[in-house]
Amino acid sequence: MKEEALDLKTAKAQSFRQIDLRKKTRLGEGTIQALLFLTGILSIFTTIAIVYELGKEAMLFFADPDVTLVKFFTMTRWQPGIGEYGIVALVSATLTTSAIAISIALPLGLASAIYLSEYASPKARSVLKPILEILAGIPTVVYGYFALLFVTPILKSIFGDGIQVYNMLSAGLVMGIMILPLIASMSEDALSAVPRALREGAYAMGATKLETSMQVVVPAALSGIGAAVIVGISRAVGETMIVAVAAGAGPNFSFNPLDAAETMTGHIARISGGDLSYNTIDYTSLFAIALMLFLVTLVLNLISQWVVNRFRERYE
Amino acid sequence: MSTHTNTYPQGDAFNASLKTRYRVATIWQFAFLSALLIAILALTALLYNVVDGAFGYVAYDYKKDPATFTPIPVNELTKEDLLVILKENLSSGAYNKLENEQKLETRTQGELYTLFLERLVQIDTKATWSMTDSLFRSAEIRAEAAEKYPDAQLEFRSWLTPQFLTTPMSSKAEFAGVRTAVLGSLWLVGIAILFALPVGVGAAIYLQEYAPKNWLTNIIQTNINNLAGVPSIVYGMLGLAVFVRTMEALTSGSAFGVTDSNGRTVLSAGLTMGILVLPLIIINAQEAIKAVPDSLRQAAFGVGATRWQTVWYHVLPNALPGILTGSILAISRALGETAPLIVVGASTFISLDPNGPFSKFTALPIQIYQWTTRPQSEFHAIAASAIIVLLVLLLTLNATAILLRNRFQRKW
Amino acid sequence: MENNNYAIETNDLSIHYGKFTAVKNVSMKVERKKITAIIGPSGCGKSTLLRAFNRMNDFVPSCHVTGELMLQGQNLYSRDVDPVEVRRKIGMVFQKPNPFPKSIYENIAWGARINGFKGKMDELVEQSLRAAALWDEVKDKLQQSAYALSGGQQQRLCIARTIAIQPEIILMDEPASALDPISTLRIEELMQELKQNYTIIIVTHNMQQAARASDYTAMMMIDDQRAGGVIEFDVTKTIFTRPKDKRTEDYVTGRFG
Repeated sequence: MKEEALDLKTAKAQSFRQIDLRKKTRLGEGTIQALLFLTGILSIFTTIAIVYELGKEAMLFFADPDVTLVKFFTMTRWQPGIGEYGIVALVSATLTTSAIAISIALPLGLASAIYLSEYASPKARSVLKPILEILAGIPTVVYGYFALLFVTPILKSIFGDGIQVYNMLSAGLVMGIMILPLIASMSEDALSAVPRALREGAYAMGATKLETSMQVVVPAALSGIGAAVIVGISRAVGETMIVAVAAGAGPNFSFNPLDAAETMTGHIARISGGDLSYNTIDYTSLFAIALMLFLVTLVLNLISQWVVNRFRERYE
Repeated sequence: MSTHTNTYPQGDAFNASLKTRYRVATIWQFAFLSALLIAILALTALLYNVVDGAFGYVAYDYKKDPATFTPIPVNELTKEDLLVILKENLSSGAYNKLENEQKLETRTQGELYTLFLERLVQIDTKATWSMTDSLFRSAEIRAEAAEKYPDAQLEFRSWLTPQFLTTPMSSKAEFAGVRTAVLGSLWLVGIAILFALPVGVGAAIYLQEYAPKNWLTNIIQTNINNLAGVPSIVYGMLGLAVFVRTMEALTSGSAFGVTDSNGRTVLSAGLTMGILVLPLIIINAQEAIKAVPDSLRQAAFGVGATRWQTVWYHVLPNALPGILTGSILAISRALGETAPLIVVGASTFISLDPNGPFSKFTALPIQIYQWTTRPQSEFHAIAASAIIVLLVLLLTLNATAILLRNRFQRKW
Repeated sequence: MENNNYAIETNDLSIHYGKFTAVKNVSMKVERKKITAIIGPSGCGKSTLLRAFNRMNDFVPSCHVTGELMLQGQNLYSRDVDPVEVRRKIGMVFQKPNPFPKSIYENIAWGARINGFKGKMDELVEQSLRAAALWDEVKDKLQQSAYALSGGQQQRLCIARTIAIQPEIILMDEPASALDPISTLRIEELMQELKQNYTIIIVTHNMQQAARASDYTAMMMIDDQRAGGVIEFDVTKTIFTRPKDKRTEDYVTGRFG
């Protein structure tokens, strides 16, 4: 019985056509795959092009015998045309406006996220979330208009002559509003990624909703929230139009929010908007600033991505 | 055993502490909610601010009294009247120049009337007031205007008019329109999407359907995520260095026989914008492709389909709504971006419509920026009007995206 | 010498995910125009083994296969074999019905078209649907979406779709597990008809189904390294009445686990 079964020779022999399974040359498939690969790799070329072009012109800037790294990082005045190369004069404004923006966007964004993720009913969410999305979709130049023609007059009526027409405070505040939706949505993602079981564990021990949210959920989502803040900072540092319109048109080494001062981005926008001729120190200096900007935002974005990925691994 | 009862509050004591806990909780809940309310308030203030600027009283003056040109009251002038007036009063040089741009007979009454006000009467805006002021402080404004500008006329004006949409740029706010800018924006976005959509979808297909799991794929993916976070002005610098300068022969059109241009063309700007929105399109398309269930791919492979047949006949059609939604979001982004355009050299004053990829151009956000940064309040008024135009465009696009998403949303 | 009675043979076939071996050293000969069932507890690698037969495992990036899988003297895993050709010849019906979101007609016509079918499409669609015992139910609504069909009808449509490309072997991965008992019965009846022309290999967790419907049964079990393997392969009747392996006996009599 057993032999019969394993032998399997009872079936009658049959003739059948031979099947050819060898690889066919599929020219179309290959071509398409190659093309798709090219489109995929194009983004790498974009990055290479950015680094190469910014680097090349920035090198020309630093190759100028008058420009030294010491001057670049220690002088507090920036006017390459007359031999002043202190990027600090621009960095100070970038730092000030970004700090104001984050100090607005972080508490408001995080609080919004907590409300949306922990408290809001599905119905309330469906109303509140689109509002944040609209806020996120408004072009930054419109925020610039809002800063200069709405927020600045209000600040003027508060601070009187103590505040300049163009000032970092107004730009920073509005930038905070602009970044708020970003921080809110990233934080909300982080909060809702915290497993239900963790919340239930807290509730089962008699914690209130607030205690659960603040002492269990938020700490568990902290790295995700951190990533949101880092991306927010990166966005603030790179933001151009709001500061170009409202913060001031001239480098000014100052950390006083009531002063007018020009950020790195604002400076690039103003100088390149004029009639800029190639191969001048003005031209190359802009690339040096842009390279700084690119590197700073790149590092911030990489850190944030790394944090998010680590966070994701933990809960998936 | 009795430690239990001693270490925790019991009965009333517990109830009291619970009450406090609840009170604190309510206060915090309100604090969380108020963050959202602040966001809503900011949005409302922003929209109000824009609308407030686009309407309101304006005090204007005529340099020359219309009565010196014609006895007919200005609001009863016909096209024929205006033709005669313009012919008689404009210098022959100015008249011929206008004729060369477009025959005067073929222009509308409105356009001729604008010419009449701009060239002959030379209207001059003295002051403008916001909508709120105009509505609630009407009497004070009248008194103020009568005192400061005794010769001026006061009129409630909407700066946003049909003419505002159809007239080109002008150095005088009263006559400026956004036609050139809107057309410039459309060209720009068109070129950007023409470049970025096929490339972006291709890259997304590669990453989702073809790419092996290795270091190179990892680098590509990380790189795309990073590019999405690069400040837009850096893209502007890239565009300036690569498209405007290095590739000038191609982007100015001189390689194709166009002579009257440098590299600061709508083509350069469009390509720059295309590079800028590319990561956005890739990421969105990847999400859409990811949402197509694997069972569908297996079904196709199971009947002997090649990978491309599977992608082309099954994955792409099912991912299409998602891809389109993502593209519309990318278009919105491109439409509102300003900084890179400044860097690649959008013209700030241009009254000729763009007529090809090698045209000089301006764009809607560039005009808004220009007008906002002018000191005169009448320019702020047209900036507000241009913002309304831009926001309406964006709203339409996004509404389309949402409709598309709801219409084609498939439940697997 | 190649024995024409066997549709497919495995020699020491092992399937690995990265460093982990999911299926180890399977050697079995599957007879032509018979139904061979693969049974075993969940997680023992039944589906993994089945998917190796038409190289569906290629889509799992870390998966690689060692040993031989012979179809008419050709090793399906040799370098010069085209996986697309393999899947044309070895069709597959999946656990959950997965018709294309297209019309009933297109569901069948698409596979034929991409494989270069030159005959009359309408006839092919009708023949395939008849062979899958679905024709009478859908002949009046061929242009309707396949999603409008019931689960059992969808699964028979998937079988029809597979038949349409005229494979040698049809693999079925728990084809009835998502269906109600009546639909299950219809699929089983259909299998009996199909075996006149096709070799069928079916994975099932339902022992009654294996006992009712199959000619041969392969019993799989995991070893202490969690690698699955075929511990017994015999005619179905023997497996269910006089198994020689104690573990098989425990499993088929329900004493397992």
